[in-house]
Amino acid sequence: MQRLRFLVRKEFQELRRNPRLFGLVVVAPILQLTLLGYAATTDVRDVPMVVADGDRSAASRELIARFDASPYFSVVRTVTTTREIEPFLESGSAWLALSIPVDYGGHVGSRRPAVVQVIADGSDANATTVALGYASSLVAGYAEELAASAADMPAGGGIDARIRIWFNPQLESRHFMIPGVLALVLLVVTANLAAMAIVREKELGTLEQLNVTPLRRWELITGKLLPYGVIGMVDVVLVVGVAVFWFEIPLRGSFVLLLAMSLLYVLCTLALGLFISTVSDTQQQAMMTATFFFLTPMVYLSGFIFPIENMPAVIQPLTYLIPLRYFLVIVRGIFLKGIGLELLWPQAAALAAWGIVVLSLAVARSRKRAA
Amino acid sequence: MRGALAVCRKELRQIARDQRTLFILVFVPAFFLLLFGYALNFDIRHVRLAVEDRDGTPESRAVVSAFVDAGYFDLAAAVYAPRDAERLLDLNEARAALVIPEGFAREVRSGRRAPVQVIIGGDNANTATTVLGYAGSILRTVGAQLAPAAAQAPPGLSVEPRIWYNPELRSTLFLVPGLIAYIAMITAVASTALSIVREKEMGTMEQVRMAPIGTPSFIIGKTIPYFLIALASSALIVGASMTLFGLPMRGNWLTLLLALSLFLAGALATGLLISTASETQQVAFQLALLISFLPTIMLSGFIFPISSMPPALQVVTWFVPARYFLVALRGIVLKGTELSHILPQLGALSLYAAAVLGLASLRLAKDRG
Repeated sequence: MQRLRFLVRKEFQELRRNPRLFGLVVVAPILQLTLLGYAATTDVRDVPMVVADGDRSAASRELIARFDASPYFSVVRTVTTTREIEPFLESGSAWLALSIPVDYGGHVGSRRPAVVQVIADGSDANATTVALGYASSLVAGYAEELAASAADMPAGGGIDARIRIWFNPQLESRHFMIPGVLALVLLVVTANLAAMAIVREKELGTLEQLNVTPLRRWELITGKLLPYGVIGMVDVVLVVGVAVFWFEIPLRGSFVLLLAMSLLYVLCTLALGLFISTVSDTQQQAMMTATFFFLTPMVYLSGFIFPIENMPAVIQPLTYLIPLRYFLVIVRGIFLKGIGLELLWPQAAALAAWGIVVLSLAVARSRKRAA
Repeated sequence: MRGALAVCRKELRQIARDQRTLFILVFVPAFFLLLFGYALNFDIRHVRLAVEDRDGTPESRAVVSAFVDAGYFDLAAAVYAPRDAERLLDLNEARAALVIPEGFAREVRSGRRAPVQVIIGGDNANTATTVLGYAGSILRTVGAQLAPAAAQAPPGLSVEPRIWYNPELRSTLFLVPGLIAYIAMITAVASTALSIVREKEMGTMEQVRMAPIGTPSFIIGKTIPYFLIALASSALIVGASMTLFGLPMRGNWLTLLLALSLFLAGALATGLLISTASETQQVAFQLALLISFLPTIMLSGFIFPISSMPPALQVVTWFVPARYFLVALRGIVLKGTELSHILPQLGALSLYAAAVLGLASLRLAKDRG
């Protein structure tokens, strides 16, 4: 136990001697939170649009004003013909164009059906889908108003859609992304740092020295990994604090459960770090292996940004191999839905199993090497 | 120039010795593109829908089948108690629930507006926004069909949507250019980020210091081999995107090559700057993740629209080279944009590359004393 303590202290000393690294493990989570909290919004706002107003009447100006007043659109330029729209869309200075035909005002005034054209730049399919939806509901709402004011007609029959959104009523993507940062930060900080710390000793030849000390294997491994585990847990508290108090993300479930689950997850990422260190001889290899084989696939295939259920059926089984996937469900469940272990136990079990498998693989590999 | 060539030769030999790194740099990018290009999309289909039909009439069933027939929703479960729908949403077994109250058919037949409830799990705000749109328009259509003719108002004003450049709105066409930028960026940065700090950590920096060549030629010599590797692997992924994902090429190849080269030069320079600014490889790696990988995903407009970001953050995106490259790349391949229209982007890319390369040289010159 004492030997373990010495080793842990040595590791912390090395970290302290490297103030920049120490700063980074605190700054990194905050920076990622800020990026994801503010930038990672898939909400579409202020879509730049250009208007081709062929009518130039009070009625057409009223419609344009509706678009400009909406938080979703901002009219960058008004031109006269549809042909003038093209350069704006081509250079990307406008994403959407509204084309109002000649005699639009006449049609609306005499209550004949009028058609306006909305042209969208499809090269950003995601934003375009959303923006088109906003545009058509804006026009539909305006049309209803026009009809009602013209005919003093009460709203007709049909279906009154009462749509309610659960868990995130304002549909802020921040509520979805920020709990995910917790998962990403832990992966980036703990797995990478631990892997490089071990490979560094290998590269500098000091691992040999440690191997010939009376330290036992498990003491050596625990001693190297423990400091990074501690850093990881400090980051957890930091990230949760900023998420709750700065970004005002509701923490609807139990904080203790969140901590416990994070600890389980950190054990997994540390095991991953150990595994990466056993398959790398130089820090460059460790970095490449971590970035290319673990980090990137995990970010993209875990459901962090892209929903897993949208992926093709062939790819979906692959996502079961990613611990981030389980932890994301847990974190988002605890934060947004306030659910507990009674619903989350399958994820927790999968995470634990993943950790055990990877840890055994890593230990088996390092034993073979040492022999 | 002779010095630069010598450094270049030495670096090439070193790369050739570390086969795994070379392999990763050349082939893994293409593999990534294959995997992610295939796996990632924002097209929302197969939304799992729980249905609670308390009315059980032909009219209510017409609403349910309108949802299923629209192609966006899969019927996940028919439930009979309100708690059941809640549980399914909690467990992610359903993303949305449709609740049709008793007496729906009576209301709708008598020409009144009949309420129907839709509950959407909003935890993924992006998916939810789209699902919201689908649900609203399905209900509007089926409502118009079910209402008696007397209650129907003729449409006064309607929208005719037109989509340019990507008429089917395939998200692949917009994500693949983003992936190309991301993959090119990480390959380039990862290859240079450790190059100089490694010499510092191993104690071979002395040799670099004593070498009788100027700092700029040293930097150029170090960069050229990686530039060639990165260019090769980028060519591979661009080619793969076109053959496998049907990415069109509507513009000029030379313009594309120019944009790609400028972007790669900037990315390699970023790696060098990181390397000169770090004391250990651990720091270099963390810095690389923070100042190049993450911003390329988050701040480039690859996934999240820049115009939706707060103004302060929009200013930060000016320093993200991928932002300019993406506009240029999407323009060239999807819209056939001419060189003259993307000059501002190319200018920004050159400026970035020159500035960062200059900073890296300065720092290295200081280190060399």
